[in-house]
Amino acid sequence: MGGELMTPFELTIIEFGIALGAGLLGSLLGLGGGIIVVPALTLLLGIDIRFAIGASIVSVIATSSGAAAAYVRERMTNLRVAMLLELATTSGALSGAYLAGVVGGRWLYLIFGIVLAVSGVEMLRKQREPHPAPAPSDAWADRLQLHGQYFDAAAGREIAYRVGRVRLGFVLMYIAGVVSGLLGIGSGVLKVPAMDLAMRLPIKVSTATSNFMIGVTAAASAGVYFARGDIDPFVAAPVAMGVLIGATLGSRLLGRLQSLVIRIVFVLVLLGVSLEMLLKGLR
Amino acid sequence: MSRNDSESLPTPPDRSEVAARRVELLISTLLRVGVITSLTVVAAGTLISFIHHPSYVWSPAKVQRLTRPGAAFPRTLRQVYDGVLDLRGQAIVMVGLFLLIATPVMRVAVSVVMFAVRRERVFTAVTAVVLALLLLSFALGRAGG
Repeated sequence: MGGELMTPFELTIIEFGIALGAGLLGSLLGLGGGIIVVPALTLLLGIDIRFAIGASIVSVIATSSGAAAAYVRERMTNLRVAMLLELATTSGALSGAYLAGVVGGRWLYLIFGIVLAVSGVEMLRKQREPHPAPAPSDAWADRLQLHGQYFDAAAGREIAYRVGRVRLGFVLMYIAGVVSGLLGIGSGVLKVPAMDLAMRLPIKVSTATSNFMIGVTAAASAGVYFARGDIDPFVAAPVAMGVLIGATLGSRLLGRLQSLVIRIVFVLVLLGVSLEMLLKGLR
Repeated sequence: MSRNDSESLPTPPDRSEVAARRVELLISTLLRVGVITSLTVVAAGTLISFIHHPSYVWSPAKVQRLTRPGAAFPRTLRQVYDGVLDLRGQAIVMVGLFLLIATPVMRVAVSVVMFAVRRERVFTAVTAVVLALLLLSFALGRAGG
């Protein structure tokens, strides 16, 4: 399909449509739009993967900032944990975005394929473990006063929690930042487990805090892509608008998809797309 | 540093609670206004570029011509600036995208001030370094091009 003739207007509309669908699907499934929009732009339209990534990273800023605004208002976000770990994610994002300019497109496809597969597995994991084990005591968390509390709507009361394993979380966040900068995705699939599995933040707080950090992580990569000239307005403008509108619609109109069957079907789709990206990288 | 003294750590005083809430609302508003403003500019720029170039609507071209590396669009700040003066759609889109990228950067700048006012030295330093890294990203992109 890549060599097709298309007017710039048609291209804009199609990109917008794809981004709208990606944003909608992403918010229904609790993923970002980036992980869907990059494969869609490259595999369906044959757009250069660097421009797809450049457009995606910009759309990630829009959706995460929009969601973060709401979460912060609801006091779901742990701002101290977020701002501490942003040190790790922004350094990672800078390394990743720089690397993306150095390594070839083939590697980007391969790494993207692997991250997609990990995301599929992560989505299945979210089904279980609603109550994390208590955090091991951590001197850094105490000294930096990272522990917090949030209002749990289901329980109907404030729930206090303690934060642990700050250094491990920091290392994992650096890796999440590298992946984000390299692939132009928010990499929430890596940030959320770093916080709820390693640092033992409640899953809702982990999700809100991850969203908050994603904007800054993405801005670090976007700066590199912008200055390098990899943000093409013909791709980035419709994609940023489409993903944001899709994600907003998704969160307003419908709740999260709870059905296990739908999730499993989607995981299979993710794995299929992952395979497609891997093959494109190997070819 | 012993394992058991963490329970007895003092919590921040109550009056800072009010200030913290104000900062949360400021951050929340900043993010929302930033996203809405920047995407409005992006939408306006897109519209203007189609008004300026009616041929975009009916004259087909290879998708790759618009989306390949080396495609013609404003890249440097200088080109964007000149383009905006000429009311060029693509340049206005770039300004919108730039504002979008700047939104989280502004949020970090607010955080630096917040922690500095509260005299939290560690967090002031942490957020200041994050801000520096964000500003560095532009320089890095140009060098690594």
